[in-house]
Amino acid sequence: MDSPIEIMMILLVLSDMALLGLSRVRTCISIVSFQGMLLGGLALVTQFGSLTPRLIMIAAASFIIKGFVFPILLRRGIREAGTQNEMEPFVGYIMSVIAGVAMLGVSLWLGTKLPVFTVGSGTSLIIPAALTTLFTGLFLIIARKNALNQCLGYIIMENGIYTFGIVSVVEIPLLVELGILLDVFVAVFVMGIAIYHINREFDSLDSDRLNVLKG
Amino acid sequence: MEITSLINIILGLLLAPLLLGIINKTKASFAGRTGQPLLQAYYDIIKQLQKGAVYSKTTSWIFRAGPVVGLSAMLVALAIVPLGGVAAPLAFSGDLLLLAYILGTMRFFTVIAALDTGSSFEGIGASREVLYSALAEPAFLIGLAAIARETGIMSLSQMLPLSHFFSPEVVLVVVALFVVFLCENARIPFDDPNTHLELTMIHEVMVLDHSGPDFALILYSSALKLWVLGLVIVGLIFPTPPGSFWLVPVFTAICGLILLAIIVGIIESTMARLRLIRIPQLLVAAGSLSVLAFILVLR
Repeated sequence: MDSPIEIMMILLVLSDMALLGLSRVRTCISIVSFQGMLLGGLALVTQFGSLTPRLIMIAAASFIIKGFVFPILLRRGIREAGTQNEMEPFVGYIMSVIAGVAMLGVSLWLGTKLPVFTVGSGTSLIIPAALTTLFTGLFLIIARKNALNQCLGYIIMENGIYTFGIVSVVEIPLLVELGILLDVFVAVFVMGIAIYHINREFDSLDSDRLNVLKG
Repeated sequence: MEITSLINIILGLLLAPLLLGIINKTKASFAGRTGQPLLQAYYDIIKQLQKGAVYSKTTSWIFRAGPVVGLSAMLVALAIVPLGGVAAPLAFSGDLLLLAYILGTMRFFTVIAALDTGSSFEGIGASREVLYSALAEPAFLIGLAAIARETGIMSLSQMLPLSHFFSPEVVLVVVALFVVFLCENARIPFDDPNTHLELTMIHEVMVLDHSGPDFALILYSSALKLWVLGLVIVGLIFPTPPGSFWLVPVFTAICGLILLAIIVGIIESTMARLRLIRIPQLLVAAGSLSVLAFILVLR
């Protein structure tokens, strides 16, 4: 019950809830950075008995890229955009938190339906937490207007996939894992450029305004 | 009924207003003031009791019943919540539900007494109080339900000593209950007990028309409310090992309450009141912590 993995999973779910409920982009970036570091540590804790260089590499890559590189890139995005003001999202913050709790419930139910993964690690909270994180990321992409928040949603979604990968780390080849990480890295890069251009064009990060470009 | 549980009630009746004094002293020392005396709440209550009451002609018996019902509800609550390891005199299985509804009864009568005056300011306060309590109550009940599920006991007196802090669920519940504690007792960041601007107040504005002995009862019952809800939190944080001499856990619990009052004072000195529009967010966050704890316990 009180194993470090469980506590890490609870922290992961709590950070998801915080991301859903908080409106300030800077705080959200710090929380996502915390999530990245947490997951870097998780990779080591889950396979503590059998540490391989490969595993340490994945953990270190996650820790450094998600914990430090992404936040720096995103903060630079904020600085260049110059707008940190929160916009009214499609779904309000209270409703988002309530939706988060609902997503957690669905994830727990789904977790019981996926016995394949639960056998490997022995703890039952990893899969639900991973699913919740995945759903949270998707939800943020859909429900927020701010392009930076959508970018954060993308990273959070990847965090969920990564947590999934940890459970079955023995099965997933290193190349796939690093490939995903690289994809996200490039995506954040591209999004940074896109954010810059959205901001230059419209003086705001509201991705909804892209609709204006349609002919 | 044990004699020790009666002593605990008497302790509650005597010491409850002291917590208000401790909060005010903490705030004063943060602000670099001397502040009001530690026993100011007692002086206030005694002074108010010696005065006469003024009743508006538009009010009915509901207005007069409000403070009395409030105080009696708090007396019942005091007899349900255990202090230290000693079981409360009215303890029975399921009393945590009764506690929630007794708090609800007190609130209901405060609200209808406020509405009875016909004052529009008190109407605003009543409306806010009802809105926030509708959000705070689920957080409170689900949090207690999580503890009840973990220990398998439905009575506060037996459940609180058994819970062990440092399991993640209990930490979540304690945080959620602390937010509810601040909201129910109308402290910062929900309500500023010092302002007298009706437009920003919640609780204080509802009792504007009460005077003299009625106001003394309201002051006293809000002190008791602070004490009772504080005891629930302190009971979760300092569980008592069975078999120890009753005075030791009781002393620990009272020290815990004093600590809680100091923490409330620190929060009030370092935080500003939340915007009214933000308050439901904080309460929903507390509720989701409770639900999370409940889900963790359930699986």
